[in-house]
Amino acid sequence: MGERPVMSTSLNPVFIIAKREIKDQFRDWRIVFPILGLTLFFPFLMNFTATRLLDFVEQYGASIVGERLVPFLFMIVGFFPISVSLVIALESFVGEKERGSIEPLLNTPLKDWQLYVGKLISSIVPPLVGSFLGMSVYTIGLVINHVRLPDASIMIQIIVITIVQAVVMVSGGVVVSSQATSVKAANLLSSFIVIPMALLIQGESIVMFWGNYSTLWWAALGLLILAVLLIRVGLAHFNREELLGREIDVLNFRWGWHTFLNAFTRSAKSLGQWYRLAVWDSLKRLKGSLVITLILVMVGIWVGVRQTQNFGITFNPEDMSQIDDKIRDILNIWPVGKIGPIALIFWQNFRVVLFSLVLGLFSFGILGIIPLFASVGVTGYLMGLLQMNGMPIEQYLAFIVPHGIFEIPAAMIAAAAVFYIGVMLATPNAEITVGEVFIGAVADWCKVMVGVVLPLLLIAAFIEAWITPRIVMLLFS
Amino acid sequence: MIETKKLTKSFDGFLAVDQIDLHVPEGEILVMLGPNGAGKTTTVRMLTSILRPSAGTATIAGYDVIKDAAKVRSIVGVLTEHHGLYARMNAQEYLEFYGELYGLTVEESRARFLPLLEQFALDPYVKKRLGEYSKGMRQKLALIRALINNPPVLLLDEPTSAMDPESSIMVRNAIKSLKREDRTIILCTHNLNEAEELADQIAIIQKGKIIFNNYLNDVKKSLLGNPIFEARFLSEIGDWSPVDFPGVYVIEREKNSIKLEILEPEESNPKLIQVLSHVFNLISFEEKPRRLQDAYLEAVNLNGGKASHVNQP
Repeated sequence: MGERPVMSTSLNPVFIIAKREIKDQFRDWRIVFPILGLTLFFPFLMNFTATRLLDFVEQYGASIVGERLVPFLFMIVGFFPISVSLVIALESFVGEKERGSIEPLLNTPLKDWQLYVGKLISSIVPPLVGSFLGMSVYTIGLVINHVRLPDASIMIQIIVITIVQAVVMVSGGVVVSSQATSVKAANLLSSFIVIPMALLIQGESIVMFWGNYSTLWWAALGLLILAVLLIRVGLAHFNREELLGREIDVLNFRWGWHTFLNAFTRSAKSLGQWYRLAVWDSLKRLKGSLVITLILVMVGIWVGVRQTQNFGITFNPEDMSQIDDKIRDILNIWPVGKIGPIALIFWQNFRVVLFSLVLGLFSFGILGIIPLFASVGVTGYLMGLLQMNGMPIEQYLAFIVPHGIFEIPAAMIAAAAVFYIGVMLATPNAEITVGEVFIGAVADWCKVMVGVVLPLLLIAAFIEAWITPRIVMLLFS
Repeated sequence: MIETKKLTKSFDGFLAVDQIDLHVPEGEILVMLGPNGAGKTTTVRMLTSILRPSAGTATIAGYDVIKDAAKVRSIVGVLTEHHGLYARMNAQEYLEFYGELYGLTVEESRARFLPLLEQFALDPYVKKRLGEYSKGMRQKLALIRALINNPPVLLLDEPTSAMDPESSIMVRNAIKSLKREDRTIILCTHNLNEAEELADQIAIIQKGKIIFNNYLNDVKKSLLGNPIFEARFLSEIGDWSPVDFPGVYVIEREKNSIKLEILEPEESNPKLIQVLSHVFNLISFEEKPRRLQDAYLEAVNLNGGKASHVNQP
């Protein structure tokens, strides 16, 4: 009996899946009509708008508005068809599941990544084809109407951004589709993609009218990293069993709370046991993230110190001589025994830690490093300035070291814990669902916060309010 | 060919399949019977490596369903509970697509599916969109999809559900011919007539557990007792008793007929028929039909369950 070779490592199955899906999409008028409309009619409309607006603003000599408008509309014409890609991507897995056609597909020798990448490609290609057609129609219209085309470099930049945006939207959409239980749920969850993309387009629009096109390359790079991470997360948590197993959408708070509590307490019976079992274990797992954070801290300080070359300020010698008066003022405002300044410093640091978490949750941990990076950058800049103005090293270190011994490690551990959430999400784990991974990662963050970071920040706040100013005073007197 | 040992699957504490042991040699058909939600589909999904067993092992042709998942999928043809066709494709495109996924060229696929389309009377509709197919046609096409890679093992989940009687017969005949080709088949069904017609082995599954698994005749024997034969005569039998026939017992007697329980019919019947013909002018001697339905109900009742979800013909 015929036993066929398994095409386990081949890319062929990827293209077989993609080819079928693309063919199928072009048979669906619900996809074809919007793409056609956005490809033919919309660029024509944008062309008309560009020509009329150029004529209008020329009357008032505001030719710069027209110049900036032409590439902006080029971007918009390209973006509208790729918005369709999200609809296709959201439907890719969960739609097949609803129609019952996913199971026969899962029964074939296809590997998970082959199916996943096939779906990804099939969701990207038709909208991108539409996008390029739309851009072509728009460009041809500009040529016919004798409107000066934007620089080739800007057009290439916009095309690259369009492609990367499509990949981000699709990879996000496919992640949602592979994890959602119904098309309805996937559509509701898509707001997590639509809203950031809308904000991004607004940001890009501002940059384009501002004319700072080099910034767009950074946006493209950031999006590319995000796309890679989204694909990685999607592949890491793609699970045939989950795809078929989940039938209903239930927001199970009780389950979520129990999962969190189990991960947080690790069934510890006492505080000592909790530190040994739960906190220490989480800290150990942060090793890699801590190394990365440490490197970024050093880079941040170096960048900060380097900025003194660009933004160096020479202190007024009179001000320098008054520095001990200013410190004395602080000692009067922050007397030993007064809790207010401690609460204020602690609250300020705690807010930064929370802000880091919020940023990290939306960026797979990456942007969670930014508050720390910015803080050490500013610190490095100030250190550079003080050195530049002839202050001895022991004096300016006295401003930082006493409380910094506690505050800096706390901030680094906090940033590493946020970064680790992203690491957990991007790590393949067939045993548990992406929801469990997320709850576990947040529980890890909470453990590290409660067990290590917050106590350290509290100690640092005490020292910063009561001890640091006095040490500085001693050195300056 | 198909072997499971203590195969278990639980979902969030719910035990869907509980320590199932199956042994299906090459060329045999095992029919899984059981009410809805008994664990039949879950078992099939574990055998196709879609669901990961919580405990126990399963092998197909010696390949472990976890370690050699891709290999297992390449030698197993599956007819899923839901046919899952793509409505905008036609039969030819659809089967070529699946053929490609199994590494077949278009020519190889066609050589495989065209005779099957003909066998299942679908050849006139090969260019028709699948969305326009009737339920029975879709089911037949899904069966052809399961056969596209010429698999030595078939897992068929309710292959004749939603089919008209003519199509059902067609599919059953096809399954019989697949068995003759030495393919190993696990078939899940609610249709007891179908099970009786096709099964070598019967496995009755209830609440995730196999409550009975044996060869068809042994299932009947175990659950319904020994075969019962009825003899009818021209003359009255009076108080005749089969005292000279060990293993033959009278169950019921009337003026011109008698019902006998016979332990070893192959041994006892020839001589018994000879004696009865000679002494009482025997008109007929036939085995009373013992339906699988009765055996199934008996098994389910013995395990305190309800069999209301099974079609009783």
